[in-house]
Amino acid sequence: MHLVTYLGFLQRTEETLGHSYRLVSRGHPADADVHYPTADFAAQCAAHADALAPVLARCNPATEAEPDRLHVEGADSHRAGPIGLLRDLQDLYQLATLVDSTWTLVRQAAQGARDRDLIQVTDRCVPQIAAQLDWLRMRMKAAAPQTLLVAE
Amino acid sequence: MATDRVTDIWGARTPHGADTAWPVRVDQFLTDGVSESDVQHWVRGACLLCSNGCGLEVAVVDGRMVGVRGRAADRVNHGRLGPKGLYGWLGQQHDRLTAPLVRQNGRLVETDWDTAMARVVERSRSLLQTKGPLSHGFFTSGQLMIEEYYTLAMIGKGGIGTPHMDGNTRWCTSTAAAAFGESFGCDGQPGSYTDIDSCDALFLFGHNVAETQTVLWARMLDRLDAPDPPRLVCVDPRRTKVAERATVHLAIANGTNLALMNALVHELIAKGYVDRCYVDAHTIGFERLAEITAAATPQWAAAICGVDADDIRRATEIFGTSDRVVSTCSMGFYQSHQATAAACQVNNLHLLRGMLGRPGAGILQMNGQPSAQNNRETGCGPALPGFRNWGNPGQVDELARLWNVDPLVIPHWSPPTHGMQLFRYAEQGSIGFLWISGTNPAVSMPDLARVRRILAGDRCFVVVSDGYRTETSELADVVLPAALWGEKTGTFTNVDRTVHLQEQAVKPPGQARSDLDIFLDYARRLGLADRSGRPLPPWETPEEAFRAWQAATAGRPCDYSGLSYARLHEVGGIQWPCTAGAPDGTERLYVDGVFPSDPDVCETYGHDLATGAPVGEVEYRARRPDGRALLKGVGYQPPFEEPDDRYPMRLTTGRTVYHWHTRTKTARSRPLNDAAPAMWVEISEPDADRLGIGEGDIVRVTSRRGSIQAPARISFLREGVVFAPWHFGDDAANELTLGAWDPVSKQPEFKVAAVFVERIAAGTGRAPAPTNTAFAPVRPWDGATVQP
Repeated sequence: MHLVTYLGFLQRTEETLGHSYRLVSRGHPADADVHYPTADFAAQCAAHADALAPVLARCNPATEAEPDRLHVEGADSHRAGPIGLLRDLQDLYQLATLVDSTWTLVRQAAQGARDRDLIQVTDRCVPQIAAQLDWLRMRMKAAAPQTLLVAE
Repeated sequence: MATDRVTDIWGARTPHGADTAWPVRVDQFLTDGVSESDVQHWVRGACLLCSNGCGLEVAVVDGRMVGVRGRAADRVNHGRLGPKGLYGWLGQQHDRLTAPLVRQNGRLVETDWDTAMARVVERSRSLLQTKGPLSHGFFTSGQLMIEEYYTLAMIGKGGIGTPHMDGNTRWCTSTAAAAFGESFGCDGQPGSYTDIDSCDALFLFGHNVAETQTVLWARMLDRLDAPDPPRLVCVDPRRTKVAERATVHLAIANGTNLALMNALVHELIAKGYVDRCYVDAHTIGFERLAEITAAATPQWAAAICGVDADDIRRATEIFGTSDRVVSTCSMGFYQSHQATAAACQVNNLHLLRGMLGRPGAGILQMNGQPSAQNNRETGCGPALPGFRNWGNPGQVDELARLWNVDPLVIPHWSPPTHGMQLFRYAEQGSIGFLWISGTNPAVSMPDLARVRRILAGDRCFVVVSDGYRTETSELADVVLPAALWGEKTGTFTNVDRTVHLQEQAVKPPGQARSDLDIFLDYARRLGLADRSGRPLPPWETPEEAFRAWQAATAGRPCDYSGLSYARLHEVGGIQWPCTAGAPDGTERLYVDGVFPSDPDVCETYGHDLATGAPVGEVEYRARRPDGRALLKGVGYQPPFEEPDDRYPMRLTTGRTVYHWHTRTKTARSRPLNDAAPAMWVEISEPDADRLGIGEGDIVRVTSRRGSIQAPARISFLREGVVFAPWHFGDDAANELTLGAWDPVSKQPEFKVAAVFVERIAAGTGRAPAPTNTAFAPVRPWDGATVQP
């Protein structure tokens, strides 16, 4: 598979993640410390997708068909209650991990291709995804005992 | 009743030059008809009505409090007292809760202690059996004694094993603690009040000290009125008494603190004011901080903050060229947006110039409440007892050994649950038992309509301990009458680490008991025990509890091991650390530029300032802090709720000098209450003209959460901002405030919300706001006609 196809996959996955963050943000307004950060993260995903646009524009188009199953489903709704929040956060974590690993592979290829511009794009975007993952992990860990042991 | 200190808030001036001793001035107030010769006992202690902790003696006649007198030799106040110190105790003499109350058929009825405690314990036991320890929450205050906090910490964390322990200190001072943790690795005030005596520059960041710590402002005034005054820089949207004396007043829009701070740091670096030797030897992270602030120019910040770029440059020049700078920082930063990051920048300014650890060069991140410091130290708030790190298994084991409990009982899988989350769990019903001590969240929390629903609902059993019936007690299931200041013996610690002993002067009224006795009674009835089956906690008296506390602090940065009740009685205030090696206490911290950031010592590994995600132990160790301070920063982000077409003005909240918190005490002290008897809101002249509002007119202020109505005071507040005092329970400021909080300190953003204002009706007189402080009216009041 060519890098350009994989970059398209990365861009769409960032958009899917951003959409999922927005859903979770709107779905949990009573948890201010979820509502605001996830809205910020959604904006970050949009910025990442935008940053990839010029890279895609200057690549030669793919000469092969897109591999099958090269897309991922995001959330289409949020869940309710404490266990709903925990599961929403876990789904986000799974999706963000996919985004993170895709960026890692893109960066590997960028180095191999000596593409300084793409390397710089990854350097700007990857720390933000790492911070998102740290936040998600922290927030799930904080919620887990209460949710799994006590919540109705 | 001679109450001239209501109008003469700060008392007579005693100017003195730099590096000379602050003169003594003994203030005293005795109630009508009592002269000094009538006083039978002078009982030693300190004031408990702000975080200064002014040393004083309580005058007693026939078993009753009749007045107070400052202690001349006390390091904090040299004899002085403020209006709340002089007159606040009057509010304790009547309208007290004197018997326990339980809810019966929807109403609170008087009962005896056994009945009330049986009900508390029955619910506690039942929930512990069916849902376990995580069903319990304990929400305290910044006004209890060390002995009481430590007792509760042991009960909650060592006996029951719940992480849900926090206090109203989360609303006021958690950012100070968080910023210390980020910058130095551990909580603990670096500076000392004596630094004011020798500084040549004073920076007050979001701190209306003139009204919130009046005796500290008196100390500053005595330097400002001398021939060699320090230059004063004031960051505040309002024209406070501090701003009136400032060399530079940066009247920034609320919510923009970090933009200003990033520009100050930027400019300090750009102008070459950085002490590279100190930075290289004693800090890490300079390059990253320089990167973060690279684009934060004074012009950029000026546009965001609504101030002159030249004033930002002048402020930097003052910081950069002075020999000895003292900075204070308070609620204007802590209750605002990006609170921890902004408070860290205050620390950073000092670190960049090596401006700490010597006389006159110091940081004073303020506490709001008189014993907020102790809530932080003892493990009733953001940390484990003794500033221990929940993420360090070795330190948790050490605590478990000290308490003789299984380390798994002490919750340490995440940080202790913060106040807003605690109430969220109560809202959802997973916390089914909530004990509130010495605080009034039904007035002091953001988004009050929601708070009332939580407390009034039937998902959570609410116990309230207080000295009075309050808005919160009215929603409780059980109400327990508590002793107040001077009615019990105990210790507490102020802003600059000064510890005082307040000795019992009078008996508590009726059946009221000290919080210490109430907590111990609960523990005994629950049958809490350590691993050896001994009662937990293993003490009965305040002095025994204090000695246990000393043992818990030995070797930790907040070391109390060299103190004793006898020494505190004799000397008055003594600063920790007080050890065998420093028997008279310690004036200031970090004199050698060595910080408690070592991974084995630190209280926290820190957090991402933008998201609050904790830094892991491995990552922290990899940074090799090695006893150096951390220069942490983050870019400015706009507030959660910015003004828009529908809500075009910014709301901020705050205090008046005459009231303490929700006025449970001060409303009952006539001289104080008369000075500020009822709610008002403050608006600028241009905004008042635009909206057709005259002084005293009734206005409605509305946010997305609710609306209030109150008379308007037209003041020198900056345009675009509305100010509401938060002391009043009716038409309360917190009906309007936003329930969002800082990602690191979890402190709510009380001072940044979007509102719209409309005139409802003509007023019947001047707004009931004081006229002699920051609330001074723009136009003198003409009682005969309504002025336009």
